[in-house]
Amino acid sequence: MAATTTFYGAGGVLTAALGGEIDHHTAACLRTQIDEEIARRMPQTLILDFSGVGFMDSSGIGLILSRCKRMQAIGGQLRVRGTSPQIDRVLALAGIQVEKQEENNYGSH
Amino acid sequence: MAPINTAKITFLSRSSNEAFARGAVAAFVSQLDPTVAELSDIKTAVSEAVTNCTVHAYPDAVGKIELTVALYEQDKLVITVADKGVGIPDVEQAMQPMFTTGRPDERAGLGFAVMQSFMDQLKVRSHPGKGTRVTMTKYIRRR
Repeated sequence: MAATTTFYGAGGVLTAALGGEIDHHTAACLRTQIDEEIARRMPQTLILDFSGVGFMDSSGIGLILSRCKRMQAIGGQLRVRGTSPQIDRVLALAGIQVEKQEENNYGSH
Repeated sequence: MAPINTAKITFLSRSSNEAFARGAVAAFVSQLDPTVAELSDIKTAVSEAVTNCTVHAYPDAVGKIELTVALYEQDKLVITVADKGVGIPDVEQAMQPMFTTGRPDERAGLGFAVMQSFMDQLKVRSHPGKGTRVTMTKYIRRR
């Protein structure tokens, strides 16, 4: 099942609404699409919204961490939100805890 | 001890088969009436094991992956993922969390950590040049 991403942005905040399943196969394409959009918009904040993601394995962790590095390299920050319990389980193994609030923050590891 | 039910699938080490493997195992496991959490744990562990094969087993080539699911007495599920690829020179090192021989900016090195955490038992056997066999066990608690 392919993974999709829809971008929308306002005032320096770029949101990538992800959908489908994120694994090694689908992460490559997502990575490219997100990086292209970051380069195009140079946002201050990138929000990865996982509300539409039904499954993610540790390939998604690689995706998140390297997007975080990319944002830090341009002086920005990354936020993660909309994760399911399954995704939270996987993130916990990498020491990443997503706060269940209006605006979720990417925790340190 | 012979399994009550078992199935084996063989497929190429193409990354597009990672989702196929998850779906196939989920379909088999559904007969055990697992909880949502148990099913997602199993699918994630299978995804990691199969991904290890697609990423590492056959560098610059495509080889075969053999996945077996077996159900034993007392709801014991055993899943084996095997390949005849390059093998792992140091299994203990490979199983350390965050260790990866893949691209560090892309691979988190957490595959074995996920399998260890989400399944009840994990066994890894490998011979460089001959292949690798990963055996995972989970005891399904019926609802």
